[in-house]
Amino acid sequence: MDAPVTLITGTRIGIGRHLAEHYLRAGHRVVGCSRAPADWTREGYEHYETDVADEKGVKAMFSEIRRSYGHLDHLINNAGIASMNHSLLTPTSTVSAILATNVVGTFLLSREAAKLMKRKGYGRIVNFSSVAVPLKLAGEAAYVASKSAVVALTQVLGRELAEFGITVNCVGPGPLATNLIRSVPKQTIDRLLSLQAIPRMGTFDDVANTVDFFLRPESGFVTGQTIYLGGL
Amino acid sequence: MEQAQLERAARLEVPHDEVRQVIELIIDNVNQLKDTQGLKAPTHLDSATALFGGDGFLDSMALVTLVVAVEQAIEERFGTNVSLADPGAMSQEHSPYRTIGALADYALKRLRAG
Repeated sequence: MDAPVTLITGTRIGIGRHLAEHYLRAGHRVVGCSRAPADWTREGYEHYETDVADEKGVKAMFSEIRRSYGHLDHLINNAGIASMNHSLLTPTSTVSAILATNVVGTFLLSREAAKLMKRKGYGRIVNFSSVAVPLKLAGEAAYVASKSAVVALTQVLGRELAEFGITVNCVGPGPLATNLIRSVPKQTIDRLLSLQAIPRMGTFDDVANTVDFFLRPESGFVTGQTIYLGGL
Repeated sequence: MEQAQLERAARLEVPHDEVRQVIELIIDNVNQLKDTQGLKAPTHLDSATALFGGDGFLDSMALVTLVVAVEQAIEERFGTNVSLADPGAMSQEHSPYRTIGALADYALKRLRAG
């Protein structure tokens, strides 16, 4: 059997890079993308400089994937941006940017991936939400709205794509040591962690383990689900 | 202080009187917050007074209240509806809310942009 083809967005840094390396170790052929060039490379890895919210760029990337690999097994919609700010101090440009990357990006990548996956009658799509959604985190209105939309997209796409053998699920990590939370004060992080059943920071491996479960061929009866890490 | 206002006016290419009015307007609003919300602010306020982050005396909710009050006061005074929201609000290095002067600069730029 051919090595699976796995597309991961936002692979330059953080969870995305960790997942790319994780699936390379597992023998996948991994395609990654980010807005800026990646400063790392591995055998079996191919990187595109693509903004997930740029339809033209995304479609061009999928054309290349179709030409190079002929199909796509997995899509991991990891790319995301956040902004910590009170709603009364948040410009609409920030709201638009967050919605573009987190919602439009997830929608666009899922749509194009489903077209490729449909040919084989098999596919796994994993989206990224956040514990900020069930926590209704104050100071993150635009981010929480975008990540709630990702949960809703997961549920509806799960239904729409089921007939093509494609599952769509979602993982919602809590605080992890990534760039996304570097500007969040320590006491805020500590307060968030105290709301989890298991009050510790998440790790990249915690996320990878959940994504592994969704990607397994045996998980074909699991779709439209969101798993929040840490116990919320 | 007059000298600082002249320098600010020259740097931002706005009339000196406009700079004076915006700084006074911010100080007035801080004083109102002191009166109505029991805000603990320094007795003497000028453009160098730290507002938020570092040595600033505002917490995040007081900052929101002040910024919204300043937006409304600017509209009343100048007839222009400006938004003083900023994505760098919570950043200590780039926040336009670091000092009264930084907030005035930001408001004047927004006023100029219309």
